[in-house]
Amino acid sequence: MHTWTLLVALLAAAALAYHVGRKRAIATAGGSGRINTLHSLPAYYGFYAAMWAAIPALLLLGLWLGVQDQAINELVKASLPPQSVAELTPGALGLLMNDVKNVASGNIASGAVTPAIQTAADQYARLQHLARWTQWLLVLALSVAGMSFAWSQTRPTMRARNRVESVVLGVLILFSSIAVLTTLGIVLSVVFESWQFFQKIAPSEFFLGTLWSPQTAMRADQVAADGAFGAVPLFTGTLLVSFIAMAVAVPIGLMAAIYLSEYAPRKVRSVAKPLLEILAGIPTVVYGFFAALTLAPVIRDLGEQLGFAVASESALAAGLVMGIMIIPFVSSLSDDVINAVPQAMRDGSYALGATQSETIRRVVIPAALPGIVGGVLLAVSRAIGETMIVVMAAGLTANLTANPLASVTTVTVQIVTLLTGDQEFDSAKTLAAFALGLTLFLVTLTLNIIALHIVRKYREQYE
Amino acid sequence: MNALASEIVRDTSAVSAADLAKGGHFSGTIGDITTPDPRMVCREVNVWYGDKHAIKDVSLDIGNHQVVAMIGPSGCGKSTFLRCLNRMNDTIDGCRVRGSITLDGREIYDKGLDPVPLRAQVGMVFQKPNPFPKSIFENVAYGARIHGLTNSKAELDALVETSLRKAGLWNEVKDRLDQPGTGLSGGQQQRLCIARTIAVSPEVILMDEPCSALDPIATAIIEELIDELREHYSIAIVTHSMQQAARVSQRTAYFHLGDLVEVGETTQVFTNPRHKLTEDYITGRFG
Ligand SMILES: Nc1ncnc2c1ncn2[C@@H]1O[C@H](COP(=O)(O)OP(=O)(O)O)[C@@H](O)[C@H]1O
Ligand SMILES: [Mg+2]
Repeated sequence: MHTWTLLVALLAAAALAYHVGRKRAIATAGGSGRINTLHSLPAYYGFYAAMWAAIPALLLLGLWLGVQDQAINELVKASLPPQSVAELTPGALGLLMNDVKNVASGNIASGAVTPAIQTAADQYARLQHLARWTQWLLVLALSVAGMSFAWSQTRPTMRARNRVESVVLGVLILFSSIAVLTTLGIVLSVVFESWQFFQKIAPSEFFLGTLWSPQTAMRADQVAADGAFGAVPLFTGTLLVSFIAMAVAVPIGLMAAIYLSEYAPRKVRSVAKPLLEILAGIPTVVYGFFAALTLAPVIRDLGEQLGFAVASESALAAGLVMGIMIIPFVSSLSDDVINAVPQAMRDGSYALGATQSETIRRVVIPAALPGIVGGVLLAVSRAIGETMIVVMAAGLTANLTANPLASVTTVTVQIVTLLTGDQEFDSAKTLAAFALGLTLFLVTLTLNIIALHIVRKYREQYE
Repeated sequence: MNALASEIVRDTSAVSAADLAKGGHFSGTIGDITTPDPRMVCREVNVWYGDKHAIKDVSLDIGNHQVVAMIGPSGCGKSTFLRCLNRMNDTIDGCRVRGSITLDGREIYDKGLDPVPLRAQVGMVFQKPNPFPKSIFENVAYGARIHGLTNSKAELDALVETSLRKAGLWNEVKDRLDQPGTGLSGGQQQRLCIARTIAVSPEVILMDEPCSALDPIATAIIEELIDELREHYSIAIVTHSMQQAARVSQRTAYFHLGDLVEVGETTQVFTNPRHKLTEDYITGRFG
């Protein structure tokens, strides 16, 4: 007698209702020969009946499941001897109720099973049983009631299609608002936690301070630094790694896009373009260990031969690999905008005696430039938000440096280290992660808005 | 020549549109394909797009200081033929051109000839105005910049001004040369494209339905302009409008399904067409 059997039963009821509703519609029309007198196709009457059979019953079931446990809990609590309840703290009462439930379901209770607990447990089991049956009865009854309501409503003039479609519309709106509301919820929770953080640490220290050392004492007796939350080294680290990544991705991606869209024979294009896009499908953790285990040692050895001191984890290694990861973003977006430049532009240039490369340099690229810039900005926001590669290859030391051979850390890396492991939730250290997340979110959001705006502007120009 | 022409008349007047559509053999162009002072001479030009034979044995002269109009139903190959004259067809995949086309006696399909400078000599104006997304000044200066035609800023300014004057646009844009060419009206954009073409001093100007995207007033201005340009250039214009062909051209060539059916003095072609197909088209029976 689980809830899911009830769901199956409801489904069956809906199927039955569909069948009955359809038959009923045909009957009210006066037989299958007169279906054309119906406002909608018979199937819509079927769906209409099925909705009445399923939706109110489902709503009731949801509501019921939402309050059932709470209600039973309260009832059982009320049945406990009043004096024993009055003495207990809320926590102890919770434990007691847990014991009651454990005994009721035949599990082992935490303490001795007193007679009071035993009676309460019996009571609990009885209520549970009762609740389940009433639930079944009510839900199925409502389903049948809905079905008969639909039956009584069915007549040839009823606008069944419109009603079904408005319900479908409602369901679609519901689901899309789930996505929107989730996003909103995430943003709000980040904003709220950041607010708490800024109660503890002044925003001026966070945004302008140059020392990042978020170690705080977890216990009162622990010896630890007082924690410094100057995020500037994280911002510069992020910028440095992103800058290196863009320095790799923009030229390579752009050249690749120009080759693919302007020069490559169709055969080469059909092979090379998907291959390039595979780069975007490699999990970032794979890029990460490629950066940490393959590229970083090579850079270090190379640097040593040339006489530079290179940290084993360097901004350069992380940035180079991140750049490679971002190439397909730049190339495929640029390829799209270059292709969107009308052939008429190129023809106009050729007709004036320009060569292909002159045409590309002087007409195609300038015409596509806004779109390319938009694509690059999207890639930048991707680079700033990238986590795995930098966690593995850039290091953890918050150095305030512009030296690509040094180890740096980024905003995303620090969020990871702040939140992994055992943490006290309301310490400044943990809350700092939310403040960093909020900053990151605002920056990438701004970049995305600007980029999308530019790209859209650009599209309009050629439509 | 006249006797020969009337021979051809007798031979071909029996060929109907239906025969041509079925691939019936077409035995030659009616009228005088030559001019006394030709700038470009095309002989037995054939064009294929893949397997599709789009231009069949077309021979035609483009006369000096003359406007040749090319008319015919859609898809008959007017644009294709026009694009042969500056080798713009080279930019289309799968397009093959055979035959001989000379410009001032030089074969333009010669293996050794680079089509890039040729296109500066034989300029082209397109159906839809296609100014570059640059300023008005830069649009006109484009050709001069890539070909290095001017040595100083003053020379370039002068070239831009004379080109815009010749295209009849100077007075309308002289105060806003730095604004984007795409911001002009359709007719102004088309004159900008003409100015841009003139700026590289071509000998021949090809125009592919230059007025089809324009309103009647803009069209009238461009038609007047074409008549003035004839003084300095040779012009081949494709047009859908027979009135336009009658107004601006001295000679008219009628194309049909890749064949050049009839060529002649414009007045003769319009008042006294010699081929049944030409007559049908001009009297509006198809097209
Ligand atoms: N790029 C191309 N590829 C394949 N076929 C083409 C191409 N351009 C034109 N054609 C074909 O060649 C014929 C002539 O076209 P076109 O010269 O554009 O005609 P017109 O300008 O007289 O309307 C048409 O049948 C057209 O379908
Ligand atoms: Mg055409």
